[in-house]
Amino acid sequence: MTISSQPFGHGLDPGTEPAQGTPGRKLGESSPSDQNKPPHPFRRDLTQGRFLIDSGLTILALTLTFLALVPLVSVLALVLARGGSMLSLELFTDLPPAAGMPGGGLGNALLGTLILVTIASALAVPIGLMAGIYLAEVASPESSIATVVSFAAKVLSGLPSILAGVFAFAVVVLTTGSFSAWAGGVALAILMIPVITLTTAEALRAVPRKLREAAVGMGATRTQTILQVVLPTASSGIFTGIMLAVSRAAGETAPLLFTALFFDYWPEAPFTTPIASLAVLIYNFSGVPYPSQIDIAWAASLILVVAALIANIAVRVVAAQAPSTQTRR
Amino acid sequence: MSTPLQDALGTPASSQTTTAPLINCAIDRLYYGDFLAVRDSHVPITKGTITAFIGPSGCGKSTVLRCLNRMNDLIRGFRLEGQVLLNGHDIYAPEVDPVAVRRTIGMVFQQPNPFAMSIAKNVGFGLRLNRFKGNHQERIRESLEAAALWDEVKDKLHSSGLSLSGGQQQRLCIARAIATCPEILLMDEPCSALDPIATKKIEDLMLELKKDYTIVIVTHNMDQARRVADYTAFFYVDTTQGGRTGHLIEYGPTYQLFENPLHETTARYIRGEFS
Repeated sequence: MTISSQPFGHGLDPGTEPAQGTPGRKLGESSPSDQNKPPHPFRRDLTQGRFLIDSGLTILALTLTFLALVPLVSVLALVLARGGSMLSLELFTDLPPAAGMPGGGLGNALLGTLILVTIASALAVPIGLMAGIYLAEVASPESSIATVVSFAAKVLSGLPSILAGVFAFAVVVLTTGSFSAWAGGVALAILMIPVITLTTAEALRAVPRKLREAAVGMGATRTQTILQVVLPTASSGIFTGIMLAVSRAAGETAPLLFTALFFDYWPEAPFTTPIASLAVLIYNFSGVPYPSQIDIAWAASLILVVAALIANIAVRVVAAQAPSTQTRR
Repeated sequence: MSTPLQDALGTPASSQTTTAPLINCAIDRLYYGDFLAVRDSHVPITKGTITAFIGPSGCGKSTVLRCLNRMNDLIRGFRLEGQVLLNGHDIYAPEVDPVAVRRTIGMVFQQPNPFAMSIAKNVGFGLRLNRFKGNHQERIRESLEAAALWDEVKDKLHSSGLSLSGGQQQRLCIARAIATCPEILLMDEPCSALDPIATKKIEDLMLELKKDYTIVIVTHNMDQARRVADYTAFFYVDTTQGGRTGHLIEYGPTYQLFENPLHETTARYIRGEFS
């Protein structure tokens, strides 16, 4: 019996192994050291084309991965180095330096970004959440309203952010006659709503049917089923969507240029005065010839990067703690 | 605990005699949209007994079971011709609130489906829905004891219901269903996802629960029907002839249906000549 005629498995059966020294080596040559042993029937032959293709593609994938990491790592390293060196208490408590003046901070921009994101979230989270619940739980899949809403949300989630700014400019700034925190919040909310709507609907649809049946079978009404069973089960997915939307809104610049503008002082009236923000501070200060302002822009970049990092970690922590809907066996 | 429906249904309608079944399920035609899923299936359910629905896949036995607590209402296009009388009252009457029906008739599903919350909260779910005024802790303990799960979970009532094994989860679902003291317990293939040891425990539990509840169980397993059921209903659909409409072939005391079936189809099914 020759080994090469064995298709699979049989070669491992001792009974079919050729006796020692039998000329059974047909799969590649053997080195002098194992001349007395028959070659393993499934020995790896590295000269075969498929091994070369395998290792070639592995090396290619690795190289391209490192290439993709180069800009990412260099941006992070630069932001950490330049921004990190600026960290101090004054950074968070002082107003930005006037042109050519040393020192200063970005307290008003940090507070401004917090205010803008809070206003935007207060508008977008309830609307997006309810729209998502409507799409996934209330509307029948064939209903034309649901089709239109879900199509609109998908289109809007790809909306160029500057259009949200122009829209809020027309709707809020022109009607109130002033750039304001309120206008900026509306612009950011327009960007957040579709993201929250779609991720909420997706998270709700992922809740297994058997859980809904259990609740309905217990005599829960539709509201009780959604509030007490479906929403808690989907909560980590919904939270992920909200954090995604918030961290996107926090870093947006274009919509704020048309709505919140910038303000050199601490936030004042929310409806009638412009308001500072980290993103617009970076936009304004990164192109100026004054070192102190450029330094502040680096520090603002670092804060935005760290905020995005914190949002990401929060999502991971919540997802890890979320109860699995899978049955453990 | 009494729900409005229970109060309303507690006194049987005047025409009832003491031997009348607890549920009189009289399905003439049951549609999903244009599709006639079940026809001509009249099954009485006797109080304090276990009734098993057996038959091949697609014969409509689960559909009929889900008619008994109006779970089919969730399915688009569901339509019933006929009536389901509970203590003489039609639960498909226009004025009936299906939610109230489901609070009187508990259900246990094929897949164990505890909620993603603690064991105690799972069992207390129905109590909270019903705004139960009594001692929740006590009722939760009683229910878990009745479901033969208390000893296994008494030290971890606050860990997730999903941390239990499949068999324990199914007993948790039974505890959850009986916590609100329903009159009737519907079980839709409760053991099909379980190993033989867990199945044995559920079967023992069913025989125990029979003292307090009326149980209807759908099962693929004829031996299980023989072991636990007092009455058995055999449903059938001849898919080989292109049939898609299930219907009742035979209903009777379990021993009679298995030992001395009236219909040739029943006999052949019980002999395992088709499945």
